[in-house]
Amino acid sequence: MAADATSLPEGPPRKGALRASSAVAWRWPGAKAVGQLGLPLAAFLLVYVAALVALLVSSFWSVDEFTSEVVHTWSLDNYRILWDDPTYRRIVLRTVGIATAVTLTCIVIAFPYALFLVRVAGPRLRVLLLVATVIPLWVSYLVRVYSWRLILNPEGALNWALTGLGLPGQNILYTNWAMWLVYSYIWLPFMVLPIYAALERVPGSYLEASADLGAKSLTTLRRVVFPLAIPGIAAGSIFTFSLTLGDYIAPGLVGGPGSQLIGNVVFSNVGIANNVPFAAAFATVPLAIMIVYIAIMRRLGAFENL
Amino acid sequence: MRRRSLIAPIALALLVAGLALPAAGVSKGSGSAVPTRIGAGEGELKMVAWAGYLEKSWVAPFEKQSGCKVKPKYANTSDEMVALMRSGGGGQYDMVSASGDASLRLIFGGDIAETNVKLVKPWKDFHAAFKSPTTNTVDGKHYGISLQFGPNILLYNTKKQKKPTSWSAIYDPANKGQISIPDNPIQIADAALYLSKTTPSLKIKDPYELDSKQFAATIALLKKQRPLLGKYWVYASDQIDLFKNGKSTIGASWPYQMSQLKDAKQPVAAVTPKEGVTGWLDTWMLSSEAEHPNCAYLWWNYVSSPKVQAMQATTYGETPVNKKACKEMEKLVKGSCKTYSAAAPQAYYRSIKFWKTPLTDCGDSRGKVCMPYSKWVQAWTQVKG
Repeated sequence: MAADATSLPEGPPRKGALRASSAVAWRWPGAKAVGQLGLPLAAFLLVYVAALVALLVSSFWSVDEFTSEVVHTWSLDNYRILWDDPTYRRIVLRTVGIATAVTLTCIVIAFPYALFLVRVAGPRLRVLLLVATVIPLWVSYLVRVYSWRLILNPEGALNWALTGLGLPGQNILYTNWAMWLVYSYIWLPFMVLPIYAALERVPGSYLEASADLGAKSLTTLRRVVFPLAIPGIAAGSIFTFSLTLGDYIAPGLVGGPGSQLIGNVVFSNVGIANNVPFAAAFATVPLAIMIVYIAIMRRLGAFENL
Repeated sequence: MRRRSLIAPIALALLVAGLALPAAGVSKGSGSAVPTRIGAGEGELKMVAWAGYLEKSWVAPFEKQSGCKVKPKYANTSDEMVALMRSGGGGQYDMVSASGDASLRLIFGGDIAETNVKLVKPWKDFHAAFKSPTTNTVDGKHYGISLQFGPNILLYNTKKQKKPTSWSAIYDPANKGQISIPDNPIQIADAALYLSKTTPSLKIKDPYELDSKQFAATIALLKKQRPLLGKYWVYASDQIDLFKNGKSTIGASWPYQMSQLKDAKQPVAAVTPKEGVTGWLDTWMLSSEAEHPNCAYLWWNYVSSPKVQAMQATTYGETPVNKKACKEMEKLVKGSCKTYSAAAPQAYYRSIKFWKTPLTDCGDSRGKVCMPYSKWVQAWTQVKG
């Protein structure tokens, strides 16, 4: 090393701000960390944390009933209304219920599908199916929801197929069933991909070892493959659950009377009543639900997969 | 590490302080001086409007003659209009085609500039009722120029429904699953109007001025109606779809849907039920923070002229406020002046209960005991369940 160093031509020491700052960074590692992380941290604080703080703060304000301008006096009234009125409790339960149903449906469909992709399909078929899974994400959300309206119409494609098979027609458009169906369809790719990623990491030797030890394929699936897929399922469920929890468009398009979700109430209070404080108070409910949910999913290892 | 853990709480505290501070200083001045003459156009006019209100056929000639380029932003509800006019502290948009349920909210919120009607020449040709209606005139001060008005109608499928005569059809269990009504809190007024005739003991005089007892009865009626509904429609196109594919055969609607469905050869008709109807009177209003007020005055003069009034009335299906528009309407579509009651609109106007913002002040001897609009919105959430 020393011999090499002498052979290197030694230029004049660099001067200037860059040089000085690099010297500072070398001497004080703390300053280095601030310099490197400061900008992104500031952006994070300003964009994400500030928005959440603004949300929380404004949820304690109220709105002047005459001019509908925000009045900056602190009170718990918004939360009291939320707590006292059974309508809001019902809407929260409905939202969580549909989000749970959609998540379970997506797991039931996505797990065997991802398993097929990883273990059964050949390389070309796998690429083809993966592309087919992702393609709907390139299409506008609205187009996909409206296409379900065409499918579910009493005179739509689904009834045409059902009656063609001699089965009774359905009439579920503008009900909660339609919302469940639409959400399950729209969020499915968000479940398939994490499960696929998790299953892909399961080494083939594990399955061989399981078979060598005498396990039937179902036992291997249940005791080896599925437990290893749980982090992927948990990660996918965060997507499907939170996306359903925050949506407010599908209820208006395919939902019926009695299909309001949390998002709709938030939207109508911001966009219609201009009652931002109340909307902010209600918006903290899905936030709290998601914090609890993510804490549970963390336990299940959802973040080991990211 | 220990040092950094302090950064977060400090930053948080600073943020909270930063958010609380601006609260003190913001107050909007609505006292900007009223212009006494129209200056040169500023070359641009940003407008919030109902769909169908800024059609090319009458906007293009205006742009050409005034040099003001119209930049439209379409809104779906009155409430969206209010929100848009207030976005970014106002001044994002110059004008808004506000209906009566939005106009007072905007005026009292300080979002609208006073209008000098002397600078709008066609104004003197308006029917008296529309020169200073309560929806855009407060304490003798004008806040905008009336545009057009129309009723909310009872629309039905002529093949599947008998001709209804009463709003009771949309509260009738016999029509279960066939009814569609607007997803809009102002719909509470329609129910109140129905109750004002069917339950006189409630003594509802004005469907927008409901005290707690009248309000509770109205909400109870709407809650009973919910299981009968096929859908609360959000967009006009939703209801058109519902009627086309047979999911709905009767419902509360606008003339726009009827004309669209008739154009599509659907078997529909509309009636004015015996209880009367609610309706809208729209006003072009000028933002108090507008950047292009001269273009706005030029627009007022243009859009209030008989010819343009007639064009919009026959295209959209509503009634113009300018007396002289009737003749122009006949030139465009024969018989249209009579269809939209443009010749004698005053009696027609009196028969309609126009949208207005519900306020705490009932406007009569009852005093300040009425339900304000924010309560209407919350009740509407409960109605929808």
